[in-house]
Amino acid sequence: MPAGRASAASNVSLELRAWNIRRKALLMGEVQGQGYIGQALGIADVLAASYFHALEYRAEDPEWEGRDRFLLSIGHYAIALYAVLMEAGILPEEEYETYGMDDSRMPMSGMASYTPGMEITGGSLGHGLGVAVGMALGLKRKQSPAFVYNLMSDGELGEGSTWEAVMSAVQWKLDNLICLVDFNNQQADGKPTDALAQGEEAKKWEAFGWHAQRVDGNDLEAVVAAFDAARETDHPGPRVIIFDTTMCKGVDFLESREITHFVRVEPDEWAKALAVLEKGKPL
Amino acid sequence: MTLASMKRKYEPRRVKLGPDGKPIATSAMIASLSAEGYDTVAAPFGHALVEMARKDEKIVGLSADLAKYTDLHIFARAMPDRFHQMGMAEQLLMSAAAGLAREGFNPFATTYAVFAARRAYDFIAMAIAEENLPVKIVCALPGLTTGYGPSHQATEDLAIFRGLPNMTIIDPCDADDIMGMVPQIAAHDGPVYSRLLRGKVPSVLTRHKPDYKFQLGKAQVIRDGQDVLIISTGFMTMRALDAAERLAADRIEAAVLHVPTIKPLDIETILAEARKEGRLVVTAENHSVVGGLGEAVASTLLTNRVTPSFHMIGLPDQFLEAGALPTLHEMYGLSVDRVIEQIKSWL
Repeated sequence: MPAGRASAASNVSLELRAWNIRRKALLMGEVQGQGYIGQALGIADVLAASYFHALEYRAEDPEWEGRDRFLLSIGHYAIALYAVLMEAGILPEEEYETYGMDDSRMPMSGMASYTPGMEITGGSLGHGLGVAVGMALGLKRKQSPAFVYNLMSDGELGEGSTWEAVMSAVQWKLDNLICLVDFNNQQADGKPTDALAQGEEAKKWEAFGWHAQRVDGNDLEAVVAAFDAARETDHPGPRVIIFDTTMCKGVDFLESREITHFVRVEPDEWAKALAVLEKGKPL
Repeated sequence: MTLASMKRKYEPRRVKLGPDGKPIATSAMIASLSAEGYDTVAAPFGHALVEMARKDEKIVGLSADLAKYTDLHIFARAMPDRFHQMGMAEQLLMSAAAGLAREGFNPFATTYAVFAARRAYDFIAMAIAEENLPVKIVCALPGLTTGYGPSHQATEDLAIFRGLPNMTIIDPCDADDIMGMVPQIAAHDGPVYSRLLRGKVPSVLTRHKPDYKFQLGKAQVIRDGQDVLIISTGFMTMRALDAAERLAADRIEAAVLHVPTIKPLDIETILAEARKEGRLVVTAENHSVVGGLGEAVASTLLTNRVTPSFHMIGLPDQFLEAGALPTLHEMYGLSVDRVIEQIKSWL
């Protein structure tokens, strides 16, 4: 049996975990001179809560059968997942220097065959939740207590396949499936709320039969409480947490840039961003 | 508004009458392929899968509201707790099958060939093929096996899946192939796309070659002959064998090389047969002449400097008409009469 969640034995605060994730993501961005750094900084708190509060896993054995599965449907968020995989000890920290390089285990868009701990190949958007349904069905068939977490973006709310999976998860009463939606309201051409994400998202999911929560994804206390509620509810079906996040969170001069889906960072700004982050380091 | 580029078929047409003087009805969706003179087997896929699933407890079945029309209902009835009805959602069908495979299961996912090849392609490509997951995609209504028109006629599915790395692609001829292939694709550790004949399926190959057994990845000579080599797949092997019997009456000896596995192609056997001198080489397939067996054989021959007189029998590069299957097979060159006529015209 598992010894308990990874967080149980650690004295490191979630705030510091999130900060470390942001720092590692910035270091990787600096290596390439580009990257989806806005998303990484925005989702860092959710990832910290995922890997250091919610998920069961064994860092030394990323394919351990008893692990909770964490699917990154949004392949371009790989920079953020690499950061948390390093923080969790699943990837060696020094590998950040290879991010996006030829022959690296850490390609710009996440692929399962390249990286330990990367469960699926994301990137073609709208795939993760359907695969999560199949995995959750499979875990139930095996009578496994593990959860499947699927991290998707608000832009993926526009993909029809997402809603096929939303309905299916209810049909099969997948109470072992927790969907995490990063709602930063930035997709490639603008705001999802100006496109297909019209109306109240949590109510949509609820209407389909999901246990739905919508919280501030940069408020760690709220994020942790939402994970606990999602895991512990007696709702006889799937659960979703919609996280409102701020792109580039933690680096104020980047936060204020208007169009931040693929944030442009000048060569000299990486050091500046790291310095800004350094000032906000938690105790 | 009708744009100049849009083709319209509005003008009244005279309805054709059959031999009994009555109009020929469009074959119902459940109609079986016309195969005069052959015994049939009911739902060979469904029964073979049940038998295999009794040995392999990892096999699960999934369908997108077409279990009954892909013979998977036999499995669903026999093993209800191992069947997942995924609803009318093909993208989900393929993604969920991928998820089950990731968890160690051996999923058989069924739908119609058009829906797998067209609608769910990205999900088959990225969730299944890119990861080389052992999902077995088995699809009814391949090529011209329905009179419903292009919405249901998968005339380009082989072309689509041939371009996808890691895929094993099968076009079975008959019930013998289907029953033989189920255990072999179940044991295959990678993704498979197989076309399916469903309902009452003729048993053809063992009548022509009693010791015939399907072998994954192998082409097999069913009949030998010195004048023509027909390289065929799917039910066109049945047409080729019937045509060969009648050609023999005209002292034209046609060999039939059956190629049920389209990918990986059995290049060795195809080259060995095509190198035998003095034979016209003809490919025959229930698929568009674009991107199917014919072009695969043509490129194999040319890149190996084997250049016999070569022709392709297949569906034209068109959206096909609706109508009764015998009418359509005659119209598009897949009937025995038309196969014979085409071969004679090339001799």
